[in-house]
Amino acid sequence: MNEKKKVSSLTELPHGILEAAYKSGIDAREEERSGTYMYVDHSRVLSHINERFKGKLELLDTTEALKKYSWLEDYYWGLIDADKDEYTRRVDEKFGGYFLRILPGAKIEFPLQSCLMISSSGMEQRVHNIVIAEEGSEARVITGCTTHPDAKSGQHIGVSEFYIKKGARFNYTMIHNWGEDTLVRPRSVARLEDNSTFISNYVLLQPVKDLQMYPRVLCEGENATAGLNSIVYASRGSGVDIGSGIEFNAPGCRGEIISRVIALEGSRVTARGIIKGNTSPAKGHLECKGILLDDSSIIHAIPELVGARKDVDLSHEAAVGRIAEKEIIYLMSRGLSRDDATSIIVKGFLDVDILGLPEDLQRAVREILDKMAAGM
Amino acid sequence: MNTLEIENLSVEVGGKKILKDITLHLPGGETMVFFGPNGSGKTTLMLTIAGMPEYKVTDGKIVFNGEDITSMKVDERAKRGLGVGFQLPPEIIGVKLRDMVKICGGKNPREDLTREESELIERFNLGDFINRDLNSGFSGGERKRAEMLQLLAMKPVMLLLDEPDSGVDVGSLRLVGRELQNYLDSSGASALIITHHGNILEHIKAETACVMMDGRIWCRGDPGEIYDNILEKGYRGCVECEIRHPGEGL
Ligand SMILES: Nc1ncnc2c1ncn2[C@@H]1O[C@H](COP(=O)(O)OP(=O)(O)OP(=O)(O)O)[C@@H](O)[C@H]1O
Ligand SMILES: [Mg+2]
Repeated sequence: MNEKKKVSSLTELPHGILEAAYKSGIDAREEERSGTYMYVDHSRVLSHINERFKGKLELLDTTEALKKYSWLEDYYWGLIDADKDEYTRRVDEKFGGYFLRILPGAKIEFPLQSCLMISSSGMEQRVHNIVIAEEGSEARVITGCTTHPDAKSGQHIGVSEFYIKKGARFNYTMIHNWGEDTLVRPRSVARLEDNSTFISNYVLLQPVKDLQMYPRVLCEGENATAGLNSIVYASRGSGVDIGSGIEFNAPGCRGEIISRVIALEGSRVTARGIIKGNTSPAKGHLECKGILLDDSSIIHAIPELVGARKDVDLSHEAAVGRIAEKEIIYLMSRGLSRDDATSIIVKGFLDVDILGLPEDLQRAVREILDKMAAGM
Repeated sequence: MNTLEIENLSVEVGGKKILKDITLHLPGGETMVFFGPNGSGKTTLMLTIAGMPEYKVTDGKIVFNGEDITSMKVDERAKRGLGVGFQLPPEIIGVKLRDMVKICGGKNPREDLTREESELIERFNLGDFINRDLNSGFSGGERKRAEMLQLLAMKPVMLLLDEPDSGVDVGSLRLVGRELQNYLDSSGASALIITHHGNILEHIKAETACVMMDGRIWCRGDPGEIYDNILEKGYRGCVECEIRHPGEGL
């Protein structure tokens, strides 16, 4: 697909694209979605909000939104320095991406789905997303980032800025499904106001050549809550350096980081995590667990805690190693072969339950896990 | 059918000889109870029968239904109908009790529970536990119930139960005992049960009992009689016991 024709529903898209989108968690029927945003290479092909959510949320191209709202200037590059690194600089030059705004008090029960796709080899995709969850709003977004099956290589650079206003609840789930030869550089920061909650889930199940990201959550408002979960299955020589960071800058904040990593087939994974308690009281926990399935891979876990007040309560738990033999034997005593037992434990370890996803998405992610485990 | 013959079995664990020259015959459909002091080798014997890899058979053999299973892998033994209920089952993160019920029934864990399986879960009062990670945060007694539930879902022809009654309250013991005996009656399965308490004998019909001491089978006889003797004189009494005839009929 060379010409990026705009369409009005996902089902009008070519089959290859839909198939790839599905693998990153996108539901083509759109029935249980409040809206869909689809971005292929540099252009939007679909931006569509379900009839019943009109007036509750707004979805525009970021460039369009910047023209429409002058106040958006304060938000644009408001959390990330455009000059941070070569990737942010590239996005600053030229970009696509979406602006999403959940209007004050709006409760949106179905997730909004967005799909960012690289359609041809060698393409460099740059996006800048701005999300504003206005006061008292509640919403969820699923972002599937994927490569068209025909595109083996490519680059994805994505800047995302999240503004979670007072009392808002926002749940963001990102599923990556890149071609093996893709370079991926997401850059995201979220800013949380009083009594707001931000949950961010990250799922990576397919091999990727080089992915580096370290999203941050700044708890600037009192009693803000942050939860950052990631599930990574790094296979076929993947190079992954991911982390999650939370900063407590107001009293009464809580945060949790959970990361589960499986590495095999010559993959290298660095799993970072940092929680900074600059104010108190504050409570944070970091869990970082990794399983190595062979001797050719490396998991480097780097959990960090920084406390700057005596009343902070920060803890971490990190473990890297093999699957417990005791668990394998136990399952074998129930009649499973060693391979089946291993695959059940791996799937359990990457249990998507911890993400608190909507049921249909949970099912979709499970299906991906099952397929993957079948070929393990 | 469902017979177990163990001949002159010696077993090492971690380079240490634990079981010494054990000979034992369990006829099909019978239940045998094992008593013995802590560390006497009861669990070792059971896990050796089940095929746990760290238990090295240095001598002798294990024959199940006429087939020599001495060097068979754990899963192959399970497929032949051996079901083990562990003394200390592990926690497995992300694997739900519900998944285990399916797995034990030889099915895909993602399949829905059948009515029969749901009823079994209800009978074990484990409805609230099925969506929890296996054994994670389960109390001692809950673990035992979960073990028994899984075993009955497996429908084994021979049950190896390691202290199914330890840490189990009176009501749960009655429940577990009744379910177990019903299963044994209806299936014709055999069972080997390790216990420290005679209470389970109130719910289970056992043909014989053995006392293990220091890696050997010390004596064998009527379960009630042996238990009463242990209660009265302790295992010390077994050491001094005069009615014991080593090697007799074992
Ligand atoms: N993996 C092991 N490494 C070293 N020694 C072991 C191992 N497993 C068991 N043993 C030893 O073997 C002996 C028998 O242990 P076993 O667990 O069979 O006893 P038991 O009769 O089941 O005791 P209990 O009533 O306390 O459950 C003990 O001395 C124990 O320490
Ligand atoms: Mg024992």
